[in-house]
Amino acid sequence: MIRRQRLAAGLGALLAALAAGLAFPAAAVADETTALAPKVDLVIDVSGSMRAKDMDGQSRMSAAKQAFNEVLDATPEEVQLGIRTLGATYPGDDRKTGCKDTAQLYPVGPLNRAEAKAAVATLTPTGWTPIGPALLKAADDLEGGEGSKRIVLISDGEDTCAPLDPCEVAREIAAKGIGLTIDTLGLVPNAKMRLQLSCIAEATGGTYTSVEHTDELTDRVNQLVDRAADPVVTPVAVEGASECAKAPALKSGLYTDREEFGQERWYRVDVKPGQELRAAVSVAADRAVSPDYGVLLRAVTVHGREIVRGEAAGTGRTDVISTGLRYPKAESDDEDAPAETVCLQVTHSFAGAAGVKATPGLPLELTVDVVDGPSDAGDVASFGLGRGWWLLGALIVAGFLGGLVWGWLSRWRVAVWRTN
Amino acid sequence: MRITRVLSMALIALGLAAGPAAADSSPSASPSGDSGAPTEAGTSFRTATEIEQGQTATASGSTGDYLYWSFPADTGQRPTVKATVKLPKAPSAGQKWQIDVYDGLRRRQACQYGAQTRTAAAGASSVELSCTLRTVRSWSEPWADDPLPGTYYLRLTVLNLAQDDLGLPVGAEVRVDSKDIGGKAAVDGSLAKPLVPGIAVTDPGEDDDKPGKAVLSAIDPDDGWSSGWWTDRWVWTGLGGVLAALAGIGGYALTRGSGRPSRVPPGA
Repeated sequence: MIRRQRLAAGLGALLAALAAGLAFPAAAVADETTALAPKVDLVIDVSGSMRAKDMDGQSRMSAAKQAFNEVLDATPEEVQLGIRTLGATYPGDDRKTGCKDTAQLYPVGPLNRAEAKAAVATLTPTGWTPIGPALLKAADDLEGGEGSKRIVLISDGEDTCAPLDPCEVAREIAAKGIGLTIDTLGLVPNAKMRLQLSCIAEATGGTYTSVEHTDELTDRVNQLVDRAADPVVTPVAVEGASECAKAPALKSGLYTDREEFGQERWYRVDVKPGQELRAAVSVAADRAVSPDYGVLLRAVTVHGREIVRGEAAGTGRTDVISTGLRYPKAESDDEDAPAETVCLQVTHSFAGAAGVKATPGLPLELTVDVVDGPSDAGDVASFGLGRGWWLLGALIVAGFLGGLVWGWLSRWRVAVWRTN
Repeated sequence: MRITRVLSMALIALGLAAGPAAADSSPSASPSGDSGAPTEAGTSFRTATEIEQGQTATASGSTGDYLYWSFPADTGQRPTVKATVKLPKAPSAGQKWQIDVYDGLRRRQACQYGAQTRTAAAGASSVELSCTLRTVRSWSEPWADDPLPGTYYLRLTVLNLAQDDLGLPVGAEVRVDSKDIGGKAAVDGSLAKPLVPGIAVTDPGEDDDKPGKAVLSAIDPDDGWSSGWWTDRWVWTGLGGVLAALAGIGGYALTRGSGRPSRVPPGA
């Protein structure tokens, strides 16, 4: 009997070891550093307008070159940095050719500072401003790996290659789910360009900066490259269903999805008795939306009864609206009690501004944590303990009265005993 | 007999004096040095920069950025978040700034008082914002959104602005301090784990500070999360018990008169 148990235990251990080996292959550990390396693609506008001499007395191009040199010196070791140009080669007037003019100046990979600097030095302001195509190509440059990805776009004019709207391009890139952020910097901006560049940044959760001095440019690009180097949790893409029955089952973790205007998203989570489900959801406004909005997260049983909800509403400019909920499932006396399937429903009440595309949906981020349940309160106060002068007064009076009664009682008993 | 009475009176007096002293002890977050305070801010919940209470964190950004920090708050604390926005270039009229505080479940937390939203005066060089949260409790019903121990997020943002101001450089300085409310807010019940996002997937034995390892929130107060066991209610209740006992002795003694009656012969 004992031997059989040992054998079973041994087999179990072997299986566990095998499973662990499958889950974390040795190769994955070795490649982890390269696979997780953050990637940054600097996209620089080399269009003719970069000749303008309005940045601290020098031309925009030489300001950008100077900034790039300093950024290349300060780039952290682990960051894989590449440089892409737009409008660098074709000086002619043919729109079609001009709008395809984007080239990889330095490939995304381990950085050789000297080579990269030499490549930057060759740049001369030349052609058109094809921002949309450049962004598409830059997204391709960054493909592969699981680290954070960032495009830093430096431009001094709006896109000259309509009808491909760079803002739509950015949204599509973000919707591919490769966790890419685009930060934009406008050199000596005008109103139209500011609008376009901030729209690109907004579409991917990036930032927009106006730059009028060389040192501002250097500082900002350095800051953005450093931000890319910060390790960050990459969410797992899921696709929520339109009803609970078809919803994907989630475990603890961070998930991302897309939700269109007026859509419902359903997910399911299994919660065992004595466990607590914590869910938080954020819906990002990645396009122009009406200034009043809300989000609702409901935990519903499979039979459609609402257990608990989290709701939030807001007004004004925002990047996300978020809410969360907690659902502690009570302990069960039965040890084999089955886990309860909790359906999570996410809806948002963003409304697109006039002329805004509805697809792809707004980015949604869902955090699920299933932890041990809380020890519930049996009383309002901690352990039912008391506090304050009234408590002391009441206890003193009660004690005093108790003492008096006890004293009288014992006197009376002595008296009775004496008489007997 | 007299000695005991004097002694007991002294004890009562001492107890009365010690009670409030113990109750009102409010060691607020010790202002630690600002060496090593973060000089950057995150731009989303996931990338929020972690700060400690009592630390003055700074950041630079562009007008229109959403800047995020996160800090730990534990049971019994009432955090106050203060932010100063520095505007190197005078803004156009009507620029409105706001701080929002979210808990570990990304639920917006109400401010009891403080100027959470403020409009910058035309040509102003800074805007001061502040928000005092409710007291963090050790437990609340799932249907309430009372503050619970765990991670708190702070978001600083410009709520509306003139288009010309978008992208202009801006500096920010934030600081979180908290008042210890103590036993007044000690409620029963406790969470199994603090409200820290991603805590279910973070291996507790692992060193969170290990570089390269990304976690949603590595927030951990310097001296760990409180166990929720200690509250000054123990002192009050214990003291109450002692006083009641003394009062009981006093009451008993009253009914017995002052010691042995003199007329009783010795040895009786």
